[in-house]
Amino acid sequence: MTSLRRRLFFILVAATGLIWLSAGAWIYIGSRSELEHVLDTRLQEAAKMVHSLVDAHTMPASVNALNAALPAEVHGYERQLSCQIWSLDGHLVARSSGAPAAQLAENVDGYSDRVVDGEPWRVYTIQDPVKRVRVMVGDRIGLRHKLVNDLIVGLLAPALLVLPLFGLLTWASLGRGLRPLRSMAAELQGRDAEDMRPLDASRLPAEVQPLAHALNALFDKVEAARRHEREITAFAAHELRTPLAGLKTQAQVARAAADPAVRDRALSQILVSVDRTTRLVRQLLVLTRLEAEGVHPCNGTHAAGELLAEIVATAPPLPDIVRVEIDPALAEVHLPGPRETWMLALRNVHENAIHHMPEGGLVRWCAAPDGRGVMAIDQGPGIPEEELALVTQRFYRGRHKSTSGTGLGLTIVAIAARRLGVELVLSNRQDRTGLQAAFILPRR
Amino acid sequence: MRVLVVEDDPILSDGLKVGLALGLVTVDCVATCADARAALASAQFDAIVLDLMLPDGSGLDVLREMRRAGDHTPVLLLTAQDETPDRIRGLDSGADDYIGKPFDLDELAARVRAAARRHAGRAAPLLQTGSISLDPSTLSVTVAGEPISLSRREFSVLAALMERPGTIRSRGEIEERLYGWQEEVDSNAVEVHIHNLRNKIGRAAIETVRGLGYRMGSAP
Repeated sequence: MTSLRRRLFFILVAATGLIWLSAGAWIYIGSRSELEHVLDTRLQEAAKMVHSLVDAHTMPASVNALNAALPAEVHGYERQLSCQIWSLDGHLVARSSGAPAAQLAENVDGYSDRVVDGEPWRVYTIQDPVKRVRVMVGDRIGLRHKLVNDLIVGLLAPALLVLPLFGLLTWASLGRGLRPLRSMAAELQGRDAEDMRPLDASRLPAEVQPLAHALNALFDKVEAARRHEREITAFAAHELRTPLAGLKTQAQVARAAADPAVRDRALSQILVSVDRTTRLVRQLLVLTRLEAEGVHPCNGTHAAGELLAEIVATAPPLPDIVRVEIDPALAEVHLPGPRETWMLALRNVHENAIHHMPEGGLVRWCAAPDGRGVMAIDQGPGIPEEELALVTQRFYRGRHKSTSGTGLGLTIVAIAARRLGVELVLSNRQDRTGLQAAFILPRR
Repeated sequence: MRVLVVEDDPILSDGLKVGLALGLVTVDCVATCADARAALASAQFDAIVLDLMLPDGSGLDVLREMRRAGDHTPVLLLTAQDETPDRIRGLDSGADDYIGKPFDLDELAARVRAAARRHAGRAAPLLQTGSISLDPSTLSVTVAGEPISLSRREFSVLAALMERPGTIRSRGEIEERLYGWQEEVDSNAVEVHIHNLRNKIGRAAIETVRGLGYRMGSAP
């Protein structure tokens, strides 16, 4: 794992080092040419001064005067400038102390470079045909280079000394700069798994905010999923345990009751409850099987009318006087897919409709609009609009729950519809007189 | 004792009504939050058995509304979710007790009795006035140590009077305690029960306060 701090540290140190080196090189080149210029000017001035001191009539000028004319010794450097005065006919008239005996330059005016006694020199020469002298003032190029080098070392040495300090400061500043990130990590680490409170993004720097926002969005999603899971668990607990509580209570009533009428009533309530629980268990098993099953590719089709006729024929006796009507046109509506799954879907819609039917109500099965599928229209109370999206959740039982419902019927229908690749559309009838449940086949 | 049961499962609701009635408790049953609110507004109950998951909302909401409105009637929550956090949430919302489904009918009845007793400010399970003592859990009455046999209505009337011995109970109050909504009440039913009671436990045991009602006599 790379450390952001270490990475930033190396980048910063490398970048700063590079800038320092470039600056050093630049200063080196710049100072060197500047120094050359200054020293050359000095050579020229010194040569002019010596020349002016030379008197044609009092030659040779004293060496002392010559020495005095040259600049005083620079601290740390041996006498830099050397001076020679030659007669035009080639005799050395005079020279400063420390100046070599050999001629410093060719017999040309102006600047020239020459190696004398194995040492390179920079020389300025003035020829004076009137005074009949040639004045040469020069300095050692080696010394010039030493001067430039000393200058650069003088600049770089403190920088090198400061480098560790710079590194230390950079490291510490990075630590400080990255503190919001670390504190965010610490906050997240310190939380327990249940804690889905959003991070306070307002306190975080702009760079970390997208991360915090993304985390908060994730927290929201996880929390929503968890809430959904909790709701389903709560519904399941309620739907599974309530009938058991009813059974147990009625059984205890039957045992405690002295009155035979009370006891008989409790026993028949137990039978009703057992029937309902049986249905619940059956639905649970169907649901589990449906979920475990893969999608079967199936080429066969089934006439909706025939399937519905079978469902009605095998359904338990109708309560009260509910009527069922199957549109004969359904014989011509063909439903593709496994027969068993269609039976499950249709039977559960059918039972659901019947359970919610008022006395004398009519459940009508007919073709969906355009003949694309099949639909049931009942005359029950319908489903409140805000519950329409929830009723296919397992164990969800809305406001109009029936006594015999399990909260699983429409869940089974929805899963079966998904398996069959058809769309389940639940809607209240326009005139609020019942529910309309349609299976819409996909367009070919 | 009169108890309101708020439970939407008809079989459980019926079982509670019949089962609690075996312990001489008058039970009214409703199935929704809305009906529960209406019942609470129209009658006084000694305790409420409240299911949490109701078709039109959560029983907890009803409970919170009650407490906010200053209604201190003991509430026993009845729910399928009985994990510790659920219990804590329920109790902290103002419930007096919490029982998970499925439960034991006798335990539920005992808890209802205990909640009602605490609410009335009594710790002792036995009701005692002079030499008369009444045990709500076993439905037995003794006078000076001698067991007395009472009908269930007579027992209920006596229990109502003995719960607050010094207070006067009006005829309406006693009727409300004795009869649920669906029951027909004879106009002189309470007088008849009082008359019978006096024959069994002694004439002076119950005092008539003219124009106001009845209370336990100071001299047994």
